[in-house]
Amino acid sequence: MVEMYLTLARTSIQVQFQYRAANYFYMIGMVVEPVIYLVVWRTIARSSGGSVEGYTAGTFAAYYIVWTLVRNMNIVFTPFGWEQRIREGELSGHLLRPVHPIHYDLASFAGWKLVVIVFWLPIAAVLSLVFHPTLHPSPLQGVVFFMAVWGAYLIRSMLLWALGLITLWTTRVSALYEAYFMAELLLSGRLVPLTLMPGWVQGLSWFLPFRWTFGFPITALVGPVSNRELLVGVLAQAGWVLVGVLVVKAMWRRGIRRYSAVGG
Amino acid sequence: MPSIHVSGLRKVFPVPVREAGLKASVRSLFHREMRDVVAVDGISFDVAPGEVVGFLGPNGAGKTTTLKMLSGLLQPTDGEATVLGYRPGARDPGLLSRMALVMGNRNQLQWDLPAADSFELNRSIYRIPRPEFAAMRDELVEILDVGDLMRTPVRNLSLGERMKMELAGSLLHRPAMLFLDEPTIGLDVTAQKRIRAFIAAYNERYGATVVLTSHYMADVEALCKRIIVIHHGKVLFDGELSTLSDRFAATRTIVVRIDQAPQSPAPPLSSYGTVLSVEGDTTSISVAREDVATITGRILSEHVVLDLTIDDPPIEDVIERVFADGAVVD
Repeated sequence: MVEMYLTLARTSIQVQFQYRAANYFYMIGMVVEPVIYLVVWRTIARSSGGSVEGYTAGTFAAYYIVWTLVRNMNIVFTPFGWEQRIREGELSGHLLRPVHPIHYDLASFAGWKLVVIVFWLPIAAVLSLVFHPTLHPSPLQGVVFFMAVWGAYLIRSMLLWALGLITLWTTRVSALYEAYFMAELLLSGRLVPLTLMPGWVQGLSWFLPFRWTFGFPITALVGPVSNRELLVGVLAQAGWVLVGVLVVKAMWRRGIRRYSAVGG
Repeated sequence: MPSIHVSGLRKVFPVPVREAGLKASVRSLFHREMRDVVAVDGISFDVAPGEVVGFLGPNGAGKTTTLKMLSGLLQPTDGEATVLGYRPGARDPGLLSRMALVMGNRNQLQWDLPAADSFELNRSIYRIPRPEFAAMRDELVEILDVGDLMRTPVRNLSLGERMKMELAGSLLHRPAMLFLDEPTIGLDVTAQKRIRAFIAAYNERYGATVVLTSHYMADVEALCKRIIVIHHGKVLFDGELSTLSDRFAATRTIVVRIDQAPQSPAPPLSSYGTVLSVEGDTTSISVAREDVATITGRILSEHVVLDLTIDDPPIEDVIERVFADGAVVD
């Protein structure tokens, strides 16, 4: 299985390097969103006497620059892809292989991450030169961050796979995906650091998966964060991965019986 | 034990039904009407190990649905099927690693990479030991004559070249069970011949069981001794291809070459049956099967015959007749 993952990841890297220009444009497009957030919050911080809820211009810069990496690391196979898979019968090719198709997606997207990091480095360097981030992580924070981005990747993979599997019942899940996306935007720390959100939003975010896919990995590196919070975060991620695996497993077992293998 | 055992296999698709127009569209929001479409209707057959069986039928007959059930893509509504001793619907890795389904209109190779990379990927997915993989890959590349194309991205290959690569990629794990759905669709005649020769060689060399669907009778005639004709989801005929004509061909074709030199008056050839074609001094006449002997005797006695052969009608015509009759046989 490990060898299959490595080969799939290597194949994905080869494919992505075929599209160097497309990947760069994609990365640049993706940077626009956090840069807008960053410029807005830096301005607010400066006009509020230098900080907002403890976030200075420098820590906002660090938050949103790390955001760009976390965002790219948790890109996974989306329900849009699932719609095409089902409508065009592309799932058939995956079903004929003696491994569960989720391994194919996990390994392929993991390979893509390695390409993303290569493309991300110069972009991060430019953003750092422009916005001067304040970032002093401890070695432990570095280690937890490394684990947390992969944890976030697994949680998001499972959740969006589960969402995508609904396509086996309804064919179109884009609307549900949009709802998921909105919830994630508000409850994950993607739009704004969660500590700046109202108390009830922060409270709610502890019991939902979104926080652990954005806010936690970023905060793990940027801080301020205690060792206890790091441990709680890693455990929460493990818990959500487990929940995701169980949900995917149950949905797959029922849903695949409904697959009509249309389109070839 | 047969490679494939099918008993009372049935597949029903629930399909939404809606009239055309806006009114019907709005109505369907509140009341969705469904109709059951029976794609496969209780078919039964066995296929022995190493056998090559052709699945014939018009569009929508249920051929591909049957193949999809046998390869585990679709779950049957009713009945049972086993392939190499496994229930295909369970998608047991033990079966999936010993079978392959090649669909002529489906691309399973990595579009942007050379086929060699997709082959490597299949090696890891099917866990093929490297020495076995290299030997099989080299053998397939040689038989299919695609050595020069191994480093070309798949998107830059022609349809025929891609199909050869698809076949090679699907056989790297040396499947004992091979399902081929329209493997020569869209290919030119030369490419079709190569693919056919390759499938025959693979079957012979590895004793693989092959089930093939094709709209090209040439595929079936070249590869399959046995055919299963399926129509409206039911088996109409299951037997040797050669017996299909004997059983269903109502006519035979007498091809006669006659000396055109002036001679005593002879009846026109059209009086013996339906003239199908006239090319120079050669005429093809379609006659009822039971009259072949009598009419041949008359032609020989009433004309100066240079050559005479009696042929079965084209197999396409026979198949058409089977579909037209629609009776379930065997």
